[in-house]
Amino acid sequence: MSISVSHISKSYKKVKALQDISFEVKPNEIFGLIGPDGAGKTTLFRVLTTLLFPDEGVAKVMDYDVVNDYKKIRNCVGYMPGKFSLYQDLTVEENLTFFATIFGTTIEENYDLIKDIYVQIAPFKDRRAGKLSGGMKQKLALCCALIHKPQVLFLDEPTTGVDPVSRKEFWEMLKRLQQKDITILVSTPYMDEAALCDRIALIQDGKILEIDTPEAIVKHYPKQIYNVRANNMYKLINSLKDYEYNHSVYPFGEFVHYTDSRTNFNPKDLIRYLETKNLSNIHIDKTVATIEDTFMELAK
Amino acid sequence: MKNNNVIHIEGLTKMFGDFAAVNAITFEVEKGEIFGFLGANGAGKTTAMKMLIGISKPTSGDAKVAGFDVFTNAEDIKKNIGYMSQKFALYDDLTVKENITFFGGIYGLSRQRIKEKSAVLIEELRLEDVANKLVGSLPLGWKQKLSFSVSLLHDPKIVFLDEPTGGVDPITRRQFWEMIYKAANQGTTVFVTTHYMDEAEYCDRVSIMVNGKIEALDTPKKLKEQFKVDNMNDVFLKLARG
Repeated sequence: MSISVSHISKSYKKVKALQDISFEVKPNEIFGLIGPDGAGKTTLFRVLTTLLFPDEGVAKVMDYDVVNDYKKIRNCVGYMPGKFSLYQDLTVEENLTFFATIFGTTIEENYDLIKDIYVQIAPFKDRRAGKLSGGMKQKLALCCALIHKPQVLFLDEPTTGVDPVSRKEFWEMLKRLQQKDITILVSTPYMDEAALCDRIALIQDGKILEIDTPEAIVKHYPKQIYNVRANNMYKLINSLKDYEYNHSVYPFGEFVHYTDSRTNFNPKDLIRYLETKNLSNIHIDKTVATIEDTFMELAK
Repeated sequence: MKNNNVIHIEGLTKMFGDFAAVNAITFEVEKGEIFGFLGANGAGKTTAMKMLIGISKPTSGDAKVAGFDVFTNAEDIKKNIGYMSQKFALYDDLTVKENITFFGGIYGLSRQRIKEKSAVLIEELRLEDVANKLVGSLPLGWKQKLSFSVSLLHDPKIVFLDEPTGGVDPITRRQFWEMIYKAANQGTTVFVTTHYMDEAEYCDRVSIMVNGKIEALDTPKKLKEQFKVDNMNDVFLKLARG
């Protein structure tokens, strides 16, 4: 296993940041930690990159123990923290040279690995890192995390605050890195990125809710979900919440995702009920669960 | 300006030297509408919004917001709008109550009015137990909901939301959107800028800015039909990548 985490717990004073976390990441896998702010993702990254001691449990990266073998781990992993942590007043090229030197290597030696990404920021190599746009900072940070050819790459919310075009490009880069035999642990608060991982762990309040492939996780959803729409969204949500048979009611873009508590649910009954609430243009269609539906059902 | 429009923009332009950050944009937003304002990083969203909220003077064009002209009545605009940003929202080292009192005061509400508003707001958000706790100690989702309510304290005609639900858990984020629907239903116009396309799906209409221009403007449903894709993310990618 590239990463193995066994019963890890970590608390800060009263806050239990991680509670009995266990999972494994296979060699060459893209494994996603999917959860909102405050779920414990960053704490977990800091434990795995040897920056923080766990209170309990054992964690290994490339078979090295995070407490006893921390120096070895630091040599074989790359870490891109959520907060931009490069030197703002060094240029693009100076930052990269700095990180290469720290790890006893040179840009030339591992240029192959970063080439695809670096060519995109090379035109700005003399610009100070602090003056780069969000998308470019992210690319530079990834280059710096890769320059010593790590076996495992830790990416803490690499796409937060980045527009959809840059996000898509970023995931394409990760897929290419995977083909170069790098194992990737990546966290994101965006559920739509879960589908791009090989396996994911849904995490909230320091606990793992479920671990599986994205396809299997949505298949485990226990109920039939219906897309409901009507002429007034606010009234529709309130009416559905007042409906005695509802199991869950969540706005989902132009629809409301509705599940019913009965086994013999007939959508026509719901239409009739909504009509008594003075709603019109009512449409009810079956739909399939998304990762977000699953997350909310598990977090309930 | 039609009676029902609270934002009316025509040929609005902002130049920085030779560069048109916002290039002759034209659109209208109705009372009670939830309007999504999208664009990639650097497309000109922030510059455009700064003009709409009266803190940046346009180079040319016409713009009326909440009935006031951005060229001549910027101060009146500020009094009639609310603003909430993901980055700067409330003071972390003031309590929930102190924040409400502070912002109420800024917006010129009387002490009595602040007291009433404060009580209603704390009850609605179920913040009774933490009303005297520092805002910094609250979970992000609570802060966001509080911050939205604070931006509505002075009953503005329009509320501007800058990436309101980034990073919030899916359940809280839906509670947040329910609050937005409620405000819109009561006639407040909601203007949302975001580059998260799932937020765009909640809007009545959405505009997409590319390189300073509005390249698309319609309901999410119609935009998806027009570009023959299933979600707003793909609409965005098609437009922004050309």
